Amino acid sequence: MIELLFLLFAAVAVGSAINVLVQKHVLYSSLSLIVLLTAISALFILLQAEFLAVINVIVYAGAIMVLFVFVIMLLNLPADEDGADRLRWLKLIGIPMGLFLLLMVARTVWRVEGTAAAPDLAGTPQAIGASLFTDYLLPFELTSLLILIALMGAVVFAKKEL
Amino acid sequence: MIEYLTSRDFLILFAKMIVIFGGVMGALAYATLLERRLMAFVQMRPGPNRVGPFGLLQPIADGLKFLFKEQTVPGNANVFLYYAAPILSMIPALLSFSVIPFGPDLKIADINVSLLLIFAITSLGVYGIVLGGWASNSKYPLMGAMRSSAQMLSYELSLTLSVVGVLMIANTLSLTNLVQSQQGTWFGFIPRWNVFLQPVGFIVYFLSGIAETNRLPFDLAESEQELVAGWHTEYSGMKFAMFFLAEYANMVTVSALAAIMFLGGWNGPMFGPWWLQMALPTIWFVSKIVVFLFIYMLVRATIPRIRYDQLMHFGWKVLLPLALANILVTSFIVAIL
Repeated sequence: MIELLFLLFAAVAVGSAINVLVQKHVLYSSLSLIVLLTAISALFILLQAEFLAVINVIVYAGAIMVLFVFVIMLLNLPADEDGADRLRWLKLIGIPMGLFLLLMVARTVWRVEGTAAAPDLAGTPQAIGASLFTDYLLPFELTSLLILIALMGAVVFAKKEL
Repeated sequence: MIEYLTSRDFLILFAKMIVIFGGVMGALAYATLLERRLMAFVQMRPGPNRVGPFGLLQPIADGLKFLFKEQTVPGNANVFLYYAAPILSMIPALLSFSVIPFGPDLKIADINVSLLLIFAITSLGVYGIVLGGWASNSKYPLMGAMRSSAQMLSYELSLTLSVVGVLMIANTLSLTNLVQSQQGTWFGFIPRWNVFLQPVGFIVYFLSGIAETNRLPFDLAESEQELVAGWHTEYSGMKFAMFFLAEYANMVTVSALAAIMFLGGWNGPMFGPWWLQMALPTIWFVSKIVVFLFIYMLVRATIPRIRYDQLMHFGWKVLLPLALANILVTSFIVAIL
């Protein structure tokens, strides 16, 4: 049952990820991205990390992607037609980068021995909160600083004269 | 898998699904009648009273009308998204009922982050509105959709932050545990409801809840005087009915969450024979939801719509600071006690 569900949601995730890239219209790309995020949340639930799954949907699918779609609608962007030319050099760089990524994934898969069962409490809000405020306190605070800087930047851009 | 589908556990679960889904769908249909009759009462007119006794068959007549209406699609509309939008707003609206506990045993799923799950599901509901407005390829729907996405993003923040105080007091994210944490009374007569501990959180929650469900006085996305009908101007028949039902389902969800988090959920006085004791928790819970629905409808019937800039001002400069201050004060008190 779990394996079937995993295959189903993994297929949806991979399919929608490819669809993000091949769609010409940017709105369809962002809609596929929403499907991708939801499918990844389903995979998190299968790993018994309900908290991560739910936060993933709230933050990315429910807030950030709404902003994306909002901006796309506001600007009423047309379908991308001559975008391929601009990306010529990036495409050339993309091939070795993709190969490198594939290599890293293969190496990780190779190293894993058997399937380690996830500990029962790993995905609970308590466990995540505790590790966030002990082991990962510095990255956490740095991230909040980064977000604060981004906020201040947005205010400066929005109000030219403060 | 076949074994599981014929097991006793699954059959009980299936029966619960049918009871909750059927009950909710029936209640939604009659909520529309309640709203029309109540608004008519406030505005001193009779309201729909012709179909059946007291107009009780009106929802069925409406449903039949919606079913048999001609399916129209505006020219130049994006057909795929135009059809997908009502479905996208209906599914999240109904999905939240899968984790709402209607009684100690009357619940479909019980997971330990059920409150956050509901927030996640309802935050996806905005896509139905946004895509419906965009896919219609028409000016009023687009205006309504853009207003709605900005409004829902702004008010979702205060909605989510307003419940943090309750969560800190109850120390759980599970709706079942939230209800259980409010059992009993203070001094023998005041129920241990969170509304007495978190009055500010409750007010912020309820106001942002009205804005989240796009109801008057915050229904800027729909505002029929300026935008015809906002994002669903181009919709008719069953597709319009789905938007309509989704709005009512969201109202019920917000009311149910308010009852669970602030008014003790299914807690209430228990008395009578065993069969009444079985039914009483669900009756208490449903009557608390109905009280909230009444308030929703009376607010709609009495308070005029506010302006768009007032809406944004209220959300960002009044509700959000209030919610943040509430969290700050509550965390201090929780830490000291």
